[in-house]
Amino acid sequence: MKISATALTAALLGTVVTVLLVIPMMLQWERPPMVSEQLGYRGLGMEQVTNPRIAKTLEALNQAPVPDDPVDNDGVLVKNDPENYKNVQVLGDLDTAQFNRLMNSITTWVAPQEGDNAGCAYCHNVENMASDEVYTKVVARRMIQMTRTINTKYASHVQQTGVTCYTCHRGQPVPANVWSINPGPKQAGGMAASRNGQNLGGQSVPAYSSLPYDPFTTLFAPDAKIRVIASTALPGGTGGTIQATEKTYALMMHMSDGLGVNCTFCHNSRIFSNWEESRPQRVTAWHGIKMVSDVNTTYMDPLAPVFPANRKGPMGDVLKTNCATCHNGINKPLYGFSMAKEYPELSVPNP
Amino acid sequence: MMYEYQNIFTRVQVHGPADLGVPMKPGSWPREKGTTTNWLFGILGDAQIGPIYLGTLGIASLLCGFIAIEIIGLNMLASVNWNPIEFVRQLFWLGLEPPPAKYGLALAPLNDGGWWQMAGFFLTASILLWWLRTYRRARALGMGTHIAWAFAAAIWLYLVLGFIRPLLLGNFSEAVPFGIFPHLDWTAAFSIRYGNLFYNPFHMLSIAFLYGSALLFAMHGATILSVSRLGGEREIEQIIDRGTASERAALFWRWTMGFNATMESIHRWAWWFAVLCPLVGGIGILLTGTVVDNWYLWGVKHGVAPMYPFDMTAPVLDPAAAPAQ
Repeated sequence: MKISATALTAALLGTVVTVLLVIPMMLQWERPPMVSEQLGYRGLGMEQVTNPRIAKTLEALNQAPVPDDPVDNDGVLVKNDPENYKNVQVLGDLDTAQFNRLMNSITTWVAPQEGDNAGCAYCHNVENMASDEVYTKVVARRMIQMTRTINTKYASHVQQTGVTCYTCHRGQPVPANVWSINPGPKQAGGMAASRNGQNLGGQSVPAYSSLPYDPFTTLFAPDAKIRVIASTALPGGTGGTIQATEKTYALMMHMSDGLGVNCTFCHNSRIFSNWEESRPQRVTAWHGIKMVSDVNTTYMDPLAPVFPANRKGPMGDVLKTNCATCHNGINKPLYGFSMAKEYPELSVPNP
Repeated sequence: MMYEYQNIFTRVQVHGPADLGVPMKPGSWPREKGTTTNWLFGILGDAQIGPIYLGTLGIASLLCGFIAIEIIGLNMLASVNWNPIEFVRQLFWLGLEPPPAKYGLALAPLNDGGWWQMAGFFLTASILLWWLRTYRRARALGMGTHIAWAFAAAIWLYLVLGFIRPLLLGNFSEAVPFGIFPHLDWTAAFSIRYGNLFYNPFHMLSIAFLYGSALLFAMHGATILSVSRLGGEREIEQIIDRGTASERAALFWRWTMGFNATMESIHRWAWWFAVLCPLVGGIGILLTGTVVDNWYLWGVKHGVAPMYPFDMTAPVLDPAAAPAQ
């Protein structure tokens, strides 16, 4: 059998070009097999696709710590022992034993590291525990109030599971997934075209696309209009602009990424706006957006004068929460393990 | 040997005296004289390169196209602060956006959509000039103008997306950005915004013609290659004096599907399928936002979108419509 040099060279050339094109693409790919779980009526693409290898890595990273052992009450409330407990503005109604247990837990949740500015000293002047001179103490107080608000006011989102400091902090003073106003890297000014806050590669949001890289600033604002799909068959002015659609799309990509789920985890596969055919998870997510917006505007933004510059974003605003802050890539943070149950003092209304 | 005829690459390269074509009509630019042959080109097609006819239209088109690409490329480069490394690294993500909605159809400031308008103008000029060139060159050769009209079908879709539809909606912000991923993101957002383009009947038709074109192309290409051992690729000879290649090819299709295209009509099928793909697609885009705002709801109204059983144990309601807690 004779193979001509022409055909051989052409075939080789084709192979080389194909390999050169495929290798960079494959670096972005996840290898099969994937696990596919049916979420809705058959044949409609209602499925959750999971990479079992990534899921395993995430599982190791999302193990809940063992809660501190329960302690018996001392029989004295913090506020009734001004000798030992001064300047306790939020947790005064706690029994002193529960108070100390909580303080110990918070230390392991937020600043367990060894050193001069870790442990109790991360928030307290250890010479004078009552002093508010360390800014982190002021922040921590506000964060306890925030946790109580989330657990009492947003059962629509956190259900009976609730949250603790650990849900976000995971042993770090600053949670791994936070955001601030993102102006993007420097671009040429003057007459050069504006990027309109999109069209960059390598931004953390939104995954691999060219969609807007800061959907949070506008769409987590109170009363933001996230809905962009027209609600009538014929034109009636109910829809958003294409640019607004791309921003909503970017926010949805963040939710998908932050929770490790596909679009169809909440939406039906053919019309994203329709509620009737959505999964109930979408209602939970809707309350989650409201919650994040509330938490950021009520608790995070007002702390701007308290935080030092190195704890703020490039535009001088404080670091804020989004879906990934609690979820960390899992649709139920810590796989639904309820730490808050072990700390009932975090699930009562603020005084 | 059978193997010799499984010719998915060009096996024989003919190198003869350069073919300079038919005589030119008076008033034409003189043809470039330079021709050469290239072995690599010969693998894919004809080994002869040239003569190229550039002409006034060709030069004007290339110039406009160059200006458009320059505007797009330099603005992309500016968007990464003139950093050539980032330009290459992020090239697929970079883009040039149309003006925001607030400018409507007015001329936008250069840094807020004006460059997009200018790039769009020059790209459109370049494409239209090139169309005129395909028309005029075909006429100069005494050919029909089928190529020009097939190209016009694609230009129709391009103009609907970037000009006619924005004009009808009174807003350039509805148009497509320049850039690889930016235009893909636009496409996905467009379908989502207008309630899923799959429920647009003209989109359905366009897909049918797209897939149909691919099918016809595969059938035709395979048929001709399979009888090339009998001279089947020499279509002109086959039309004038139909030989065994054509007879066998025709019989193959009568055997397998009962009827067959002719040596001429297969090209008519292919031409119409290819032309109708962007033609009906353009109609579908033109109706989106102007006549229909949500294709899914339109589909429900007209019985196009079926209802599927979904879990009714816990009916899902719009929480924004629910009374405040």
